[in-house]
Amino acid sequence: MSVEVAVPKGYTRVFSKPRALSDAGFTYCPGCHHGIITRLVAEAIDELGILERTVGIAPVGCAVFLDRFFNCDFVQAAHGRACAVATGIKRARPDLVVFTYQGDGDLAAIGTAETVHAANRGENITVIFVNNGIYGMTGGEMAPTTLPGQRTTTTPAGREPRLHGYPLKISEMLAQLDGPAYITRQAVFDHPHIVKAKRAILKAFRNQLDGKGFSLVEILSTCPTNWRMSPAEAGRWVAEEVTEVFPLGDLKDVG
Amino acid sequence: MSRVLMRGNEAIAEAAIRSGLKCYFCYPITPQGEMVEYMARELPKRGGVFLQAESEVAAINMVYGAAAAGVRTMTSSSSPGISLKQEGISYIAMARLPCVIVNMMRGGPGLGNIAPAQGDYFQATKGGGHGDYRLIVLAPSTVPEAAELVRLAFDLSDKYRVPAMLLADGMIGQMMEPVELPEPVDPDRIPPRPWAVTGARGRPKNVVSSFDLEPEGLREMNLVLQETYREIERNEVRWEEVETGDAELLLVAYGTVGRIAKTVVRLAREEGLPVGLFRPITLWPFPYEPLRMLAEKVGTVLTVELSAGQMWEDVRLAVEGRAETPFYGELGGVVPSPKRILEEVRKYVG
Amino acid sequence: MPKGLVIVDKERCKGCGLCIEACPFGVLDFSSEYNASGYRVVHMAHPEKCTGCAVCANVCPDVALEIYREESSVRGAA
Repeated sequence: MSVEVAVPKGYTRVFSKPRALSDAGFTYCPGCHHGIITRLVAEAIDELGILERTVGIAPVGCAVFLDRFFNCDFVQAAHGRACAVATGIKRARPDLVVFTYQGDGDLAAIGTAETVHAANRGENITVIFVNNGIYGMTGGEMAPTTLPGQRTTTTPAGREPRLHGYPLKISEMLAQLDGPAYITRQAVFDHPHIVKAKRAILKAFRNQLDGKGFSLVEILSTCPTNWRMSPAEAGRWVAEEVTEVFPLGDLKDVG
Repeated sequence: MSRVLMRGNEAIAEAAIRSGLKCYFCYPITPQGEMVEYMARELPKRGGVFLQAESEVAAINMVYGAAAAGVRTMTSSSSPGISLKQEGISYIAMARLPCVIVNMMRGGPGLGNIAPAQGDYFQATKGGGHGDYRLIVLAPSTVPEAAELVRLAFDLSDKYRVPAMLLADGMIGQMMEPVELPEPVDPDRIPPRPWAVTGARGRPKNVVSSFDLEPEGLREMNLVLQETYREIERNEVRWEEVETGDAELLLVAYGTVGRIAKTVVRLAREEGLPVGLFRPITLWPFPYEPLRMLAEKVGTVLTVELSAGQMWEDVRLAVEGRAETPFYGELGGVVPSPKRILEEVRKYVG
Repeated sequence: MPKGLVIVDKERCKGCGLCIEACPFGVLDFSSEYNASGYRVVHMAHPEKCTGCAVCANVCPDVALEIYREESSVRGAA
């Protein structure tokens, strides 16, 4: 539990935990970028003043405890089904602000159909897509987004595209559709990129408030534990290697 | 009450709309296509949401979402589609969300065919998906009864926060009969849903989940389910008896076969054979007790099903040796005529 | 009086060190203290260098840092 710290005399608080977050500590591994992304979503909810009308969809995977971290209503979804569950909620109560928070296994493997079709319908929801190229929670298996050559527990000699396929660029796929309003790929490996990612998340929520339709922010994340890297090394790997395969930037923006 | 001539699938759809259905999610499959089409035509006009999903998996998860958001919601399909929905149904059951699922059973396993069958009894009454859960399973034998049971399905599902299944087959879905449709439900009669995700305004946040990593916590969630199931077993068992007073042979049949068995009873009585019918209306909770009491009085309990003997297992659990329990079943979508069943009956009486 | 101040929620800190690396002024370092979860927590090793820029808090994956700025340096800031 965090303790309310009295503001020291002569100082002003300029950064603290967003209101949308509860006091529960994150269950992510040390240095995992999930924590940054989770906080950015909370900050966006705060800044838009929508906490009391927001419903989040927690996925299966490392963010399965998401409902504990947030102070808004939450629904826990089956692996891959978040976009379908979000559709059900949003269609039942269009006044709610509905967001999903999904990993790459969830969104781009087992939930590919639900993702593609929610996007294609232009479903007025916000999707936060955390791409760390691996199944973190289950022990570091190959994900659809694993880089060629990358070692995982199910590609011990490295991902061999002829055997295991290529990294799935689902955001590029979605950007080809007529339905989505906004598809972007961001990263959070340093301060400037975090600032940009935050702007993208804000936009993805604002689009929903404006009724613009399906908005997805893919965020390249890390998995220091399963990548067997220090948090700092993992961040550098995203900056240098992952962005080569998954370039950053907006893929679709109807404005 | 308005009395109209309607096809089963359409009567079910209309009864659902009159029961306050807000969101219907589906994927096309025979033999329930008329339900989907009726919903597409009617539901949006009457303030509801119709959405054709990309798959059965998506459709049931949309039901999960809409149910979590606190509205009356429903999906319908037929056997292969219901298999796909099992994942979502398991989540819905543990998250304690009310909803209605219609299964117009067809011949199986696999792709099977589109003829009437009752091969999904185990799947419907014993859980179907993973984990320890039950559905309230209602089995109509006529079109008017189907319309009536749709309303009951919504009411019971709301009351107990347990998903309810209407289990019928293509015969009931496609035949036309005069139906007395239920009056549109008074919205105030629909139970409030304080647990729903409607935005945490002026209340603590609501979380709809089937998850608890701690064994003790998950056990608690399971115990709540089990307690609810015991309560349903005490309160909601439904069945119909025909000419059971002096019967020496008791037919046990549900749904389409229950309807045919009524004719069998009449034909048998015309021949002077002391035959009665016990027709379970709730397949879960199964009417074990009333069947057991009848079994005390008859020599033979003959189960007739369009399956290899799925309900027969429950019949034998109910009878527990108090009477002979022969079985006659048809497979693959073959529906026996009353005469064919009567031949079976004659093996044991007269 | 330093321009900025970092207050570490010691129980949220997981000692990942991302803030130490991100700080442009070398303010932060690991302390000798361990929290209840066994993580070695960060502290202001050089408080005098802190400007309250909050870069450390922005990269912290555990929302473990609160940032304060000396009032005269905040004026005019959003």
